[in-house]
Amino acid sequence: MPTFEPVLLANVGKPDSHTLKVYEAAGGYQTLRRVLQEMAPKEVVDRIRASQLRGRGGAGFPTGLKWSFLPKDDPGPIYLCANADESEPGTFCNRVQMEHDPHQILEGIILACYATGASAAYIYLRYEYPLAYERLQQAVEECYRAGYLGRNILGSDMSLDIYIHRGAGAYICGEETGLIESIEGHRAWPRTKPPFPAVKGLFQRPTVVNNVETLACVKHILERGIEWFQSIGTPPDPSDPRDPGSFGPKVFSISGHVNRPGCVELPLGVPVRELIEQHAGGVWKGRKVKAVVPGGLSTGVLSAHELDTPLDFSGPCKAGCLGLGTGGVIVLDETYSMVDFLHNSCRFFAHESCGQCTPCREGTAWAYRIMQRIKAGRGRLVDLDLLEEIGNSIGIIPGSTICGLADGAAWPIKTTLAKFRDELEDYIRRTNPLGCRNPAPVEALPEWREHQSITGRKLLGAEATI
Amino acid sequence: MATVIVDNREVELPEGVQLNCIQAAALAGVEIPHYCFHPGLSVVGSCRMCLVEIGKRDPQTGHITMFPKLQPACNTPAADGTVIVTQSEKVQQARAMVEEDLLLRHPIDCPICDKAGECRLQDYHFRYGQKERRAEILPFHSRRRDLGDVFLFVDRCVMCTRCVRFVREVAGTGELLVLARGAHEEIAVLPGYPLNNKLSGNVVDLCPVGALADKDFLYKQRVWFLRSHRSVCPHCAAGCSIWIDENQDHLWRIRPRENPHVNRWWICNDGRYGYHQVHDRRRLLGARRRTADGWEELDWAQAPLVVREALERAGRLAAVLSPFLTVEEAYLLALLVRRIDPEALLGLGPVPRMGQDERFPGGFTISAEKCPNRRGVEAVLSYFMKGRVLQFDELLGQLGPQGVRGLWITGGYKAPTPPVSHVLDQAIADRLEGLDLVIVQDLFPSPVAERAHYVLPGAAWAERDGAYVNCQDRLQSFRRAIRPPRGVLPEGWLLWQMHQRAGQFDAAAVLDEMAQQITYFAPAVYEIPEVGLDLKAGLLAATTAKTASELKG
Repeated sequence: MPTFEPVLLANVGKPDSHTLKVYEAAGGYQTLRRVLQEMAPKEVVDRIRASQLRGRGGAGFPTGLKWSFLPKDDPGPIYLCANADESEPGTFCNRVQMEHDPHQILEGIILACYATGASAAYIYLRYEYPLAYERLQQAVEECYRAGYLGRNILGSDMSLDIYIHRGAGAYICGEETGLIESIEGHRAWPRTKPPFPAVKGLFQRPTVVNNVETLACVKHILERGIEWFQSIGTPPDPSDPRDPGSFGPKVFSISGHVNRPGCVELPLGVPVRELIEQHAGGVWKGRKVKAVVPGGLSTGVLSAHELDTPLDFSGPCKAGCLGLGTGGVIVLDETYSMVDFLHNSCRFFAHESCGQCTPCREGTAWAYRIMQRIKAGRGRLVDLDLLEEIGNSIGIIPGSTICGLADGAAWPIKTTLAKFRDELEDYIRRTNPLGCRNPAPVEALPEWREHQSITGRKLLGAEATI
Repeated sequence: MATVIVDNREVELPEGVQLNCIQAAALAGVEIPHYCFHPGLSVVGSCRMCLVEIGKRDPQTGHITMFPKLQPACNTPAADGTVIVTQSEKVQQARAMVEEDLLLRHPIDCPICDKAGECRLQDYHFRYGQKERRAEILPFHSRRRDLGDVFLFVDRCVMCTRCVRFVREVAGTGELLVLARGAHEEIAVLPGYPLNNKLSGNVVDLCPVGALADKDFLYKQRVWFLRSHRSVCPHCAAGCSIWIDENQDHLWRIRPRENPHVNRWWICNDGRYGYHQVHDRRRLLGARRRTADGWEELDWAQAPLVVREALERAGRLAAVLSPFLTVEEAYLLALLVRRIDPEALLGLGPVPRMGQDERFPGGFTISAEKCPNRRGVEAVLSYFMKGRVLQFDELLGQLGPQGVRGLWITGGYKAPTPPVSHVLDQAIADRLEGLDLVIVQDLFPSPVAERAHYVLPGAAWAERDGAYVNCQDRLQSFRRAIRPPRGVLPEGWLLWQMHQRAGQFDAAAVLDEMAQQITYFAPAVYEIPEVGLDLKAGLLAATTAKTASELKG
């Protein structure tokens, strides 16, 4: 492999890298200028399609294909939503880009809007990123002043406005239709599909929703060409005709029990071991790896035997995980209890379930209650079977929910039970030696009911029970 | 013709309407269980109870390909070649899972829940649920919260959000909202903005479980003791189709009855809670006659003869046909009075009006005209009066000039609620001075009844047989739901006896007769469907005939 040259994080670390001056000095907005003069929107879509760029937000859907779903000859307006609601646990790739190189993302957005014919773009930014908001806002203002945004951009007949919308910190807002509902001012309850956002999205108009890193990649593909893009990453697996391959660079964020947590840009397909050893300084305190979350909590876990898994779109699937996800790698060392891991994971998804679909709303909460009980030393061995059943029955794969959140909740349960069941059983036997074999239902922890009635009372004033 | 295949049976889809798979399966007689879907509301597909296997039949080869995942039937349009499988193991597993999930945090307080007996959670659990409860909570009471017009039993809720969608889409008031997230979600209202609109009672019917409770009905009756009767709401000219739920001659609840031509799935609170006047203690009971020294009880067995003789003695007659009469009663009364005095004056009773028509965003309308049958009575009057309809004031004005000596007034108006007096007030009573005979047939005491020579207590609408014609010229027949209280003879029964017809009052026979006599009612010659009969077609023919005769003339 030739030496890899980072592009997405190329400007990170330069002084004042977030300003237009620095960005332009590094050749910024030249691609936009060239594309506006030389290429028709359809050519841009075709080029992105040919590059086989796949979405960086988690699902890995081919970006060019998504754009081509927009209705032809639509009178407009068409909208573009840039998904910067980076709320997957363990993920902070977009944050670094938005804080240190916002113009790269803006250029990507402008190019994508040119390709799709969108007349307005919304950046949906999570509220927890105040610095990113400040810098993006500043960058947008600089662009308006410099003529990269507004009416007749750079003398062409393209016009575009970018709005930055700050979310209020809900995980579900990262789901594309949840995001759209949230921009519209509603509760972020994902919509039933069909109709897909490409047909009826934001304000009932055709809408494209892309991750900000995907949009940054658009800029680099148009700048450097398809050959450059496809020289990086993993080619399609010839044995799997449905695998479109994983090309291009990807920003990985590494956190957990490593010596040097942080963000690093690498070609897709880098093995987990290499990522930990070479780019994160190895596991801390000289310990060994116990488990690795390959790409955000909802992808599940890899065990210590699976460290050679390549981090591309299909690699983690072969090791029993959901997929590449967001590229947020979390490393757990050998001293960490998987009971704690699963408890924390279930707590997160029960808390973040939007509550619309029954299986997810009730299933995630049930799993959390079971984990609470197990952790408190009142677990039973049959609870693990129950957890497994919950993990297999919620989610969009059996078709039981509208969006993928329940899937995300199910994979950590499924993979932990598949790979670390012994440890969980040990824990239950150790902490509940008398009751672990009891098959009868056990009452939930009293805290849970208390919590519910207290929050209910606090929020809604005095209430009568019957 | 588009066909769908439901559990190996082919069903043809009706043309011109877009059905989803739940509705298409219902055509084939297959019920797909669902909580959140309602044909009158937008589709959210969130309860996941209606998951089925969906496939597509290739029109050329006939080869069927199934979708790998289960699909929500509510959000899948039924098209030509759609294959729906509702009984496979996969589907049954999914249903059992949803049922179990919904019962995880449910109090299961059915013994004290109003919905028990007509609760979807109960019904579906018996049909699709698991035998064993694996949930780890003990039974508990549901919290109760006052939302304004209704109570919310917080923990019984299954979050189908039908009520939230209803107040947003149909009532347009949007008081209800979903609070919090995930398993902590609750239906709520904002402080200071309670659920308070004229359609709010519908959320109770919409609720598939016992979460929303009607303050009027709460803890009154177990639903399995109630008998339901088809009826028509008498509280305004819209004439909504309703169910009357009664137990042993007592009305307990009014529910909307689906009628795509009139009220769709809804009724307003006026109609829902207006039934209380049927059991009002102030009602007139017992026929009586004025004598020189006060009132004398009149035996109902004697009444038809006595009243008829009084009418025959009176000389010139007039009758006021109230817009609360059914068309049959109005016809019988007009016929009777005209038999005795062929020149008798016939006029329309006072038509109570209140404000303007109220239209709601979902298309539901409450009419400003607070009586059920002005159109029908007008048609009867028009037949007997050769196309003229005397309004009440005109009729009173003509009493003197025409030398009328005897007057029969029918009522049925609402009970007086101070400061609003009875519609037949003192001013009207004063104008009746000098008449030899005043017969009042009404529900409640009024100044006019005080002035009368004969007072004949009338029946409330739930105690009558007959038909109303609403403001859209739709004729709807109904049978009585309860027996009238002791001392009341329904108008139709009395008139039937006064006509000396054989047997008991037969509204259908009268309507049949009217259909043959009166052009307006001509379409009613056939059986009246449950959703009523549009008389406009007849109207159109009448107008055309009239125009033709005018042209010829």
